[in-house]
Amino acid sequence: MNAFWIILTGTLVAICGGLLGAFLLLRKMSMVGDAISHAVLPGIVIAYLLSGSREVLPMLVGAAAFGVFATVVIEALYRKARLQSDAAIGITFTGLFALGIVLISLFAGQVDLDLDCVLFGEIAYVPIDVWITPGGINMGPRAVWVTGGLLVLVLAMIGIGYKGLLLTTFNPEHAASIGISVAFWHYLLMSAVSVTTVVSFESVGAILVVAFLIVPPATAYLLTNKLKPMLALTVLFGLGAAVGGYYLASWIDGSIAGAMSVVAGVFFTAALVAKHKR
Amino acid sequence: MSSFFSFSDPNVQMVTLGVMLLGAGAAIVGCFTFVRKRALVGDAIAHAVLPGICLSFMITGQKHPLWLLAGAVVTGWLSLLFMDYITHRTKLKADAAIGAVLSLFFGLGILLLTAIQHSGSAQQAGLDKFLFGKAASLTQQDVIVFGLTTLLVLLVVFTFFKSFKLLAFDRDFAHAIGLPVRLLEFVLSTITVLSVATGIQAVGVVLMAALLITPAAAARFWTDSMQRMTGLAAGFGIVAGFFGAFVSYTAPSMPTGPWIVLLLSAIAVISVLLAPRRGILARWLLQAENSRKMLAENILKSFFSLSAKKEAISEADILEARPFSVTGLGRGLRRLQRRGLVQQSAPRTWQLTETGQIESRRVVRLHRLWELYLSHKLGLPADHVHNSAEAMEHLLTPEVEQHLLEELEYPVLDPHDSAIPYDIKTDAP
Repeated sequence: MNAFWIILTGTLVAICGGLLGAFLLLRKMSMVGDAISHAVLPGIVIAYLLSGSREVLPMLVGAAAFGVFATVVIEALYRKARLQSDAAIGITFTGLFALGIVLISLFAGQVDLDLDCVLFGEIAYVPIDVWITPGGINMGPRAVWVTGGLLVLVLAMIGIGYKGLLLTTFNPEHAASIGISVAFWHYLLMSAVSVTTVVSFESVGAILVVAFLIVPPATAYLLTNKLKPMLALTVLFGLGAAVGGYYLASWIDGSIAGAMSVVAGVFFTAALVAKHKR
Repeated sequence: MSSFFSFSDPNVQMVTLGVMLLGAGAAIVGCFTFVRKRALVGDAIAHAVLPGICLSFMITGQKHPLWLLAGAVVTGWLSLLFMDYITHRTKLKADAAIGAVLSLFFGLGILLLTAIQHSGSAQQAGLDKFLFGKAASLTQQDVIVFGLTTLLVLLVVFTFFKSFKLLAFDRDFAHAIGLPVRLLEFVLSTITVLSVATGIQAVGVVLMAALLITPAAAARFWTDSMQRMTGLAAGFGIVAGFFGAFVSYTAPSMPTGPWIVLLLSAIAVISVLLAPRRGILARWLLQAENSRKMLAENILKSFFSLSAKKEAISEADILEARPFSVTGLGRGLRRLQRRGLVQQSAPRTWQLTETGQIESRRVVRLHRLWELYLSHKLGLPADHVHNSAEAMEHLLTPEVEQHLLEELEYPVLDPHDSAIPYDIKTDAP
């Protein structure tokens, strides 16, 4: 049963990350996703410090605030300070991530987070942390409910906003000319990425969530040119990475999140090889 | 703390010197990474050295710095080749290639690291220091190996500085004048991987990108010369390295990397905001000064056209002639008054002084000269030249004005048949 919960959590995170990551990839913003996943760390730590608990809501607010803050800083460095975009991204996320780590080290006694958790999460502990209703009913692991809720939100956003996302991704000028706000969809996507990072944070860690944001969409993109098949393949590779990663990790007794990103990378490499042969 | 600053402990001297050297080396190599717009490639390489370090430990069973360095260089190079292959041979763009390679290698590194930790090997303790860096845990052997490697890197950079510079700024030109471009790229990539593999001793793999790129980006705001930029970045790297060693000794429980990166980020923020000329504040001040100048000159033009009918001009007249904002007009008039170009003859009523008249004629003359130049020399229709002249009148220097006058042979009328105002004293034909 533990294996089931861990794989389910991994899969849910992989699907959320992958679906958003597909749009990031098509917008040539994959590394902005990477930057956001690092930059939300101080937001999470500050939320812990202020709320004194692992409540989801303050963490979401803190992380979304810092995620959007990071994109604003990157934009400002690029447009106002005229710094080239790769350096703008690099400086911003390392600075904010460093701030997060320093805060964790400074308040080690008050923040129930350690550096290992930041890097590769605690997905192995998912089955232990169960949600028990006030009536005393065991609802199963809390993380499954949280990531499941996130998936519903992400699916709703993509389902309802499909047209807006699609147009602002592929043809922002046309979208703007027919009155669709490019900035709105940009910041909505960035907020969604920030929120996904936080929710995934406890299971796969702030860094390895990048593996789910970037690798399955990149693999799918290698194999198809159409958006809907690409999204479907992304989900499939995410699922494969979660299942394969769990068994790889238990086989060599290592980090489950690390193994999941390795399996995602193996799919990616296989797709490259298949492309190369043809 | 005092034991750190007295440097009485030879080990403190060694480590401090070593870490400062690492900081300088990474910053200098990072300048080329920055100029070649490969900041995020540096990030990926940094993450990709982790599996190399772990594999090296698994094969040799020990933490000898030379073997760890070898492993790091191997996987660092592999990641670079992998990224190049993906960007050149597939439709994936550079950023996706970087992200995919970064997550694959780093995931593998984490998997191997945790597997080693769970294996219960007594030797493994300290491998996780590579994640966030910890200068104080460096042994003398480490400092020697990494210090010498950094010296080698610096030696290569100084020897090939000019070639690297050419390569970074204009690869095609470097190729055309017969430089061995591919060999140079190989050398440059190798020293990048080497300085990443050594730099992680100070800041760790996760934040290594900052040690490469942040000093370079900060230095860029202070100078346009590659030499000076490299020197300045090295200085920032040295300061950061010293600070890192200091933190490591005074707060042994802290990972040093994040502190070093925070210091570098602070230097970058200061540079971005305050650097002369390129800094945001300097550019903002320049813009404000320019718009004040434009405002003043536009008010003078209004005086010029209104003065044709009467000498004393009320603020209402000016606002009617040209849509200034009321507060803007007030500020502009006070500024002109301070410069002695206008004087107040009655409440809210002004007139030009003698110098003000000369100055107003100068602005109008530039406007009309430029209109004439556009319509006569460039053949633009007379009704299309006004907007361009509205901008150029604020920019034309006395030298350009002289050229225009000679080119147009001291014209009398502009394209709209208005007289071009001259000052007898200064520019009589």
